[in-house]
Amino acid sequence: MSTPLVAPAGALPADLLVRQARVLDPRAGRDGEADVLVQGGEIAEIGASGALSPSPGTELIEGEGRTLLPAFFDCHVHLRTPGQEHKEDLDTGTRAAAAGGFCGVVAMPNTAPPVDSPELLRSLRETAAAQARVPVGFLAAITRELAGQELTDMAELSDLGALGFTDDGLPVVSAGVLRRAMQYQRLAGGVLALHEEDPALSAGGALHEGPVSALLGVRGVPSLAESTMVARDAALAAYEGARVHIQHVSCAQSLDAVAAAKADGGALTAEVTPHHLLLCEEDVRDLDPRVKTNPPLRGAEDRRALVEALRDGTLDCIATDHAPHAREDKEVPFEQAAMGTTGLETAFAALHTELVLGGALELGTLVERLTAGAAVMGLAMPRLAPGEPANLTLVDLEAEWQVGEEGYESRSENCCFAGRRVTGRVLLTVAGGAVAYRQRQFALSAA
Amino acid sequence: MSMRHLLSIEDLDREQIERILARAASFAEVSGRPIKKVPTLRGRLVVNLFYEASTRTRSSFELAAKRLSADVLNFASSGSAVEKGESLKDTVTTLSSYRPDALVVRAPFAGAAALVAGWTPAAVVNAGDGKHEHPTQALLDVYTLTRRLGTLEGRSVWIVGDVLHSRVARSGVLALRRMGAEVTVCGPPTLIPRGIEALGCAVRHDLSDLGEAHVVYALRMQNERMSESFVPSLREYVAHYQINARRLSPRQLLMHPGPVNRGVELSSDVTDSPQALISEQVEAGVVVRMAVLFELLSGAAPEPSGAAAQARPATEPQLA
Repeated sequence: MSTPLVAPAGALPADLLVRQARVLDPRAGRDGEADVLVQGGEIAEIGASGALSPSPGTELIEGEGRTLLPAFFDCHVHLRTPGQEHKEDLDTGTRAAAAGGFCGVVAMPNTAPPVDSPELLRSLRETAAAQARVPVGFLAAITRELAGQELTDMAELSDLGALGFTDDGLPVVSAGVLRRAMQYQRLAGGVLALHEEDPALSAGGALHEGPVSALLGVRGVPSLAESTMVARDAALAAYEGARVHIQHVSCAQSLDAVAAAKADGGALTAEVTPHHLLLCEEDVRDLDPRVKTNPPLRGAEDRRALVEALRDGTLDCIATDHAPHAREDKEVPFEQAAMGTTGLETAFAALHTELVLGGALELGTLVERLTAGAAVMGLAMPRLAPGEPANLTLVDLEAEWQVGEEGYESRSENCCFAGRRVTGRVLLTVAGGAVAYRQRQFALSAA
Repeated sequence: MSMRHLLSIEDLDREQIERILARAASFAEVSGRPIKKVPTLRGRLVVNLFYEASTRTRSSFELAAKRLSADVLNFASSGSAVEKGESLKDTVTTLSSYRPDALVVRAPFAGAAALVAGWTPAAVVNAGDGKHEHPTQALLDVYTLTRRLGTLEGRSVWIVGDVLHSRVARSGVLALRRMGAEVTVCGPPTLIPRGIEALGCAVRHDLSDLGEAHVVYALRMQNERMSESFVPSLREYVAHYQINARRLSPRQLLMHPGPVNRGVELSSDVTDSPQALISEQVEAGVVVRMAVLFELLSGAAPEPSGAAAQARPATEPQLA
């Protein structure tokens, strides 16, 4: 059995002392000024503020006025490797993750070719060890070539380190095939992560079916293209006792299906993206291809329902669905444009600005939901406690910046928040015990 | 307020529409002369960039530009670099190197003209973007109607047929509403988009109250809609929605954007009747497009930098 997360080979274990920062870890019930000492890549000690001093060889980081958080974990990103390295690769994608405060990401298998064979997964993990900046996990395909017909070698893929399975980008249309995958999951283990979309209802659609699609004359994707599939698959999962995770929930009707499944005691989790939490169909009115996503941005009332469901825990975690695209895939009319937005570098700042400063969500809840993707994938959650591996991010909650003003770490620039003023900046990320990111001005001022 | 582009009816207020209609009326006089040309836009370049087959829209833009003495370049996607895989943006950049004053764009995608406007210094006219808008069609329809009826205030217009796939309907509803008309869209439930009421129109699915309409505007019914199961059969569509002498009363006016499918959305008897304004619509197409080009190219001085800077300032149309 392989360890599911691939750690960057040759990363140096960090030795550093963050002094006098506000240390916030909602799971540990911790929120107050403290000193945090990291030695050999592990949290060695958390002491009273100003009580610890650095030993020789330990870097001192002044945390006063800043906030130290457990680093975030994203269970849904597209790193485009193999085959579409012109959009992103394991280096640029994980640089973006580190810059966004993430200590781990899970890459989707809808690459070219898709990750549907043990050989491909093995070589991809080797590439990740050589190139990645933060630990990376992989989901393998549920079906060969993502064609929705034959199951992949799920058990062997799992032995090689696949965290689970998904045909993300596409639904498993056949209930019969998905049911077999659920049965086989008892042998293979791992989570089944599901992109929920009934193509009979969504075909040809480019945005949410509603007043805006009627006005623009663009074919819409109704909410029930998603919610009917969520309900179907929750019923299948309950019957087979399967462990399923619903990806990028976008509408209120799907939330009803998720809440009902959870109320029945189902082992079901669900994620939501920053763009579905912050944008809605009105933001698509001028047909900027950067806001074309799948599932589409829904109505304003759906957006409010998602925020509430994130707050009350119906939605377990935030996942960015980071989907880099080349300029030529987005500089075309909306209906022709590729679907998806980048998200790793902006998730925390955008959500902090709109939801926390906007009063809809506590900072602690936001941090909890940004880290909970690890548990969804069956991994230990990042925690700020002595003896834990150092997975932490230092943020300035008051720093204002404009998305895109300094470019992106990602190879692609298709960010739906481009041009927005946001508040909250990641200064430092330690991932898997090694320093993975330092914000440039912060690094200069600290030097 | 002078206009930089004409991208949608949604962008226009009533005053702007009325100004274009008044200008069109003044150009109508030119069209009646033996020599149908004024030197207003002499030396200006109008490029027609058409990504969809079009006869009347493209030719009426060409005629409108020529009657204003502008030069015209027609660029169709078939047989061009587009077929060799050139992107819309690269094509627009290439054509912009010819320093056109106006780009008339038709493309099968919503928002295409607005995108083009961001890529060229030329004034952009939307000649149809996907199923979104076709603003010059709506302007010529309103022009045709106001010539016949005077004001449209309180008049009832029924738009009948495939509203879902119709940019003519969307622009039409918006323009007619701006001018004070009451608009009802009517068609099979499969061909009326959910939420269309947001445009300010009523929705009906049968013609039982068609008698309340002052104007009946029939839309083109395309054959491929049958194969996509939007309607079970042509026969069923005709039975429920065809405008014919049985359904149209002699005091009602009939319009259609063309080309007509005789025997489908319209019967021949009403198509050829004096109630039908179809030929007047075609005629209006030229003068309204003259007015639009005039509005965009002669109003404000061209931008100091870029392509339009060298062009001659335009003069008022010389009607005397």
